[in-house]
Amino acid sequence: MITDRQVERSIAILLRGGVLLAASIVLFGGILYLTQRGSDLPHHHTFRGEPVDLMKPSLVIRGALSGRPDAIIQLGLLLLILTPVARVLFSVAAFAFERDHMYVIMTLLVLAVLLYSLMAA
Amino acid sequence: MDTTLFTSIVFFGSLLAGFLGALTGLGGGVVVVPLLTLALGVDIRYAVGASLVSVIATSSGAAAAYVREGFSNIRIGMFLEIATTLGALLGAYLATRLQTSIIGVVFGAMLLFSAYFSSREHKQAGGEQSPDHLAHWLKLEGSYPALEGQQEYHAQRVPLGFGMMFGAGTLSGLLGIGSGAMKVLAMDQAMKLPFKVSTTTSNFMIGVTAAASAGIYLSRGFIDPGLAMPVMLGVLAGSMMGAKVLVKAETRYIRIVFSLVIVALAIEMIVTSIKGRL
Repeated sequence: MITDRQVERSIAILLRGGVLLAASIVLFGGILYLTQRGSDLPHHHTFRGEPVDLMKPSLVIRGALSGRPDAIIQLGLLLLILTPVARVLFSVAAFAFERDHMYVIMTLLVLAVLLYSLMAA
Repeated sequence: MDTTLFTSIVFFGSLLAGFLGALTGLGGGVVVVPLLTLALGVDIRYAVGASLVSVIATSSGAAAAYVREGFSNIRIGMFLEIATTLGALLGAYLATRLQTSIIGVVFGAMLLFSAYFSSREHKQAGGEQSPDHLAHWLKLEGSYPALEGQQEYHAQRVPLGFGMMFGAGTLSGLLGIGSGAMKVLAMDQAMKLPFKVSTTTSNFMIGVTAAASAGIYLSRGFIDPGLAMPVMLGVLAGSMMGAKVLVKAETRYIRIVFSLVIVALAIEMIVTSIKGRL
């Protein structure tokens, strides 16, 4: 039988692991980014949005695998965004295990909102 | 100024913002966005995108520490996340539609509220703990470790708290902040939950709330890797340092100074927005 405390501990490990991994990837991509583009001029004064290959998760992964620094950073950020989603997914399983049907439904509702937002990407 | 210098300035500014944000409990986002827009001339849409990403990082990192202490309430958090994530969707859509000057004015107003929230003496909303049938049915209750042993608590005024959480989510999605102050207010003042439970549960919720707007931000090109990289790493490192110092430091004076800085930023933000220069 798992207890609430054990569930909370697992969530804590999940969250910390996700953030550490994401931050490491962002740092790695950031160093590459600066070595390649460090002497360019920053362009953040005017909003132009991002090219489509930095907005679509599937294209971000492809770009990162081909070694593009901006895509590697974006992959780390994507992973970071997915960490809370994984936390919610984990909670669905934990509430199901405790046979708390009401909270399974509520957690699924939160998950649905998160997935809706990510589908937009 | 080339990209290396720009990135370094943003990193150290974010480090400071994360440090102060952790010490005062307001989070790094409230300082990072004014820093990027007012001092460095970054478009506010890129600024809120980078800030939102840093909010997810600090919330998830800090929440890991809080859950282990046994204060945060996962059921109350999850129930209220229905409201905050829906609000965050609305906020993110508004961010993609509204003029930047309007976002700037709302941001300034939020800063003023934060300054007030941070400087006030905390009073626990006490009074009656009459049984609330809705809260009981939703299992919005629990216990936490206090000096006198385990203390039980029960949520009150659930619809009010839920509504305020929707508002907190909307602000989070619109401004790229965690809106922890408003989340705490909804829990400890509206729902009359213990302060410690409110702050830790709020921190726990911030990451999920922010993730709900992040997908929309990503698809609208608000998240620029070159800018989000130093902001996220800086705020995360700064807030981890802040959390270490917080345990020992006397934060009253820091809070007062920080509140004054925020008021100044708020005025600057509103004036710049009205003049149409944001």
